Amino acid sequence: MAFEYEKYLRMDKIPHLWCPGCGIGVVLKAMLRSLENVGWEKNDIAFVSGIGCTSRAPGYIDCNTLHTTHGRALTFATGIKMAKPDKHVVVFSGDGDATAIGGNHFIHACRRNIDMTLVVVNNNTYGMTGGQHSPTTPIGYKTSTTVYGNIDPTFDICMLAKAAGASYVARATVNKGKVLEKYITKGLENKGFSVIVATANCHTQFGRKNKMGDPISSRKWIADREIPLEKAREMKADELNDVIITGEFITDEQERTRWENYNHPIHEYTDAYKKIIEKAQKK
Amino acid sequence: MKKSVRFYSGAELVAKAAIDAGCRFFGGYPITPSSEIAEYMSHELPKVGGTYIQMEDEIAAMGSIIGASLAGVKSLTATSGPGFSLKQENIGYAYMAEVPCVICNVMRGGPSTGLPTALAQADIMQAKWGTHGDHPVIALTPAYLEEVYELTIKAFNFSEIYRMPVMLLLDEVIAHLSTAIDLPDKEMLVIKNRRKPSVPPEKYFPYDTAYGDVPPMANFFEGYRYHVTGLSHDKTGFPTTDPELVQADQERQIRKVKSNINNIIDYEYYQMKDAEIIIFAYGSTARGARVAVDNARKLGIKVGMMRFRVIWPLPEAEILKHCSKAKAIIIPEMNMGQLSDVIERYAADRTKILRINHVGGVPIHPSYILNVIKEAI
Repeated sequence: MAFEYEKYLRMDKIPHLWCPGCGIGVVLKAMLRSLENVGWEKNDIAFVSGIGCTSRAPGYIDCNTLHTTHGRALTFATGIKMAKPDKHVVVFSGDGDATAIGGNHFIHACRRNIDMTLVVVNNNTYGMTGGQHSPTTPIGYKTSTTVYGNIDPTFDICMLAKAAGASYVARATVNKGKVLEKYITKGLENKGFSVIVATANCHTQFGRKNKMGDPISSRKWIADREIPLEKAREMKADELNDVIITGEFITDEQERTRWENYNHPIHEYTDAYKKIIEKAQKK
Repeated sequence: MKKSVRFYSGAELVAKAAIDAGCRFFGGYPITPSSEIAEYMSHELPKVGGTYIQMEDEIAAMGSIIGASLAGVKSLTATSGPGFSLKQENIGYAYMAEVPCVICNVMRGGPSTGLPTALAQADIMQAKWGTHGDHPVIALTPAYLEEVYELTIKAFNFSEIYRMPVMLLLDEVIAHLSTAIDLPDKEMLVIKNRRKPSVPPEKYFPYDTAYGDVPPMANFFEGYRYHVTGLSHDKTGFPTTDPELVQADQERQIRKVKSNINNIIDYEYYQMKDAEIIIFAYGSTARGARVAVDNARKLGIKVGMMRFRVIWPLPEAEILKHCSKAKAIIIPEMNMGQLSDVIERYAADRTKILRINHVGGVPIHPSYILNVIKEAI
């Protein structure tokens, strides 16, 4: 039976504002299917976002939705989650929103391991403002502000999330919607901070300036660069140039055993705060 | 001494009043001279089941209190000049999205890092125009510690009644002074809460003007599932660029304060009955000014003081009345004349305005104000 997206969409807001062929639609679908997978009540879910193309996603979802300021979605989301720890908070963000202007909030939400899920749609550019380079624009590529080729080194958002303390981290591309759905579902189920990066095409801005101005060639560019994490682990560093590594970078079980995180307490933030309340009330 | 009497600092009173007003969320970031408020909240909030969270920066602290308030929990943050600057982006969001919350700014010298541990009243204008765009504003300026408690509760009430962020402006002296206070019984307090929708979710619009200029507010997770944005929006909460709707919404938001001004303005008269010279003052500066009035009266000078407990909005009608009758108006401020500039516009050329603008970080001594009173005769 076909999936009933209408159950989760605000149908009166459709058609959406994204360009035809935009990758964000795939991510939104994967999210809605994941909601069905986890079976949460719509009334119990808050979707929060910042500014940019991706951040328009919550407006289409029939939940409690909050479209905030540029880069700050996680701060509002943290307030909501701490105010109502038994409710579900999910954040949509783009690469610029999450890792440039919102970079500080991003690493600290990871550090707290607060029980929320962040989906970062990485299309390697600032789409809404006209295709300027972002912290994930690969070296050498052209954007409206790097017409001679980008020289700014790129963030690997998954590595960043992992190092900062997130307890579930995964990346899939919009070419593989089912994989994306699986990762988002696992992220929602994880009791802790989950980061799912969805590598997406922005053929209108990033693609157009790099000779792949249509959805097919932009998605082919993504497909040509995708390397599964297991394979990447066996490759030499200099072979991992201009690639998109996909897979689960960290799962909750790994979190509990990995040595990299030796100084991180293995707790979820709202749970830890509940214990603070107990302590304070005993005194 | 009554059992309930004890020593409180201004900072502690902000925290205590906030909790008594029903505040159960504090998003903070350390900054002198407001850090004590965060410290008290971190001790006291968990005792009442509330949340204290120290965010990664001032911007995040402001974002967090908006989120918590949308989830139905009354929220406070506290900061000082540089942090107040950083919060302005999200303060603007709270105006636009009409989310109740209280921002306490313990003012210090500026611009920039300025005088972190010294006294100033440098953010009177930032409290009014700190964020971009037009919006209503309510800012309170307590001068005495009893008043800190009373006006903090009032700040929460205003934020809930008018569905907007409210500025509580302390200065370094008020936050750090301690004194013995007998706080009012909690049962005697008047606590206001946001108006909830009376209609079912399918008939609810978050910015519905059918109920007056302050639309009823549903909290998240209560079944209403609405949309909130910082973009200009229509009554449904979704973005609009319709010029008429945008215009009407801006006008309504300004009207929330303008048409309720008589319920918001708050000032105190001291020795005003026969006063020919009038001091306009607020915050800790008013304490020195009061001494100056007493000393001038001993010399037979007919001087009085109008003290603003709420600095924005100003009691325009009263100010205009005094401007047309007073021989002179003296305005002592610990800034370069942020209130004086406004009063001069009211006064036009009907009376002379004598400014006292000290920004060195030490209180304005009463003798200094007395000298200006003598000049004014």
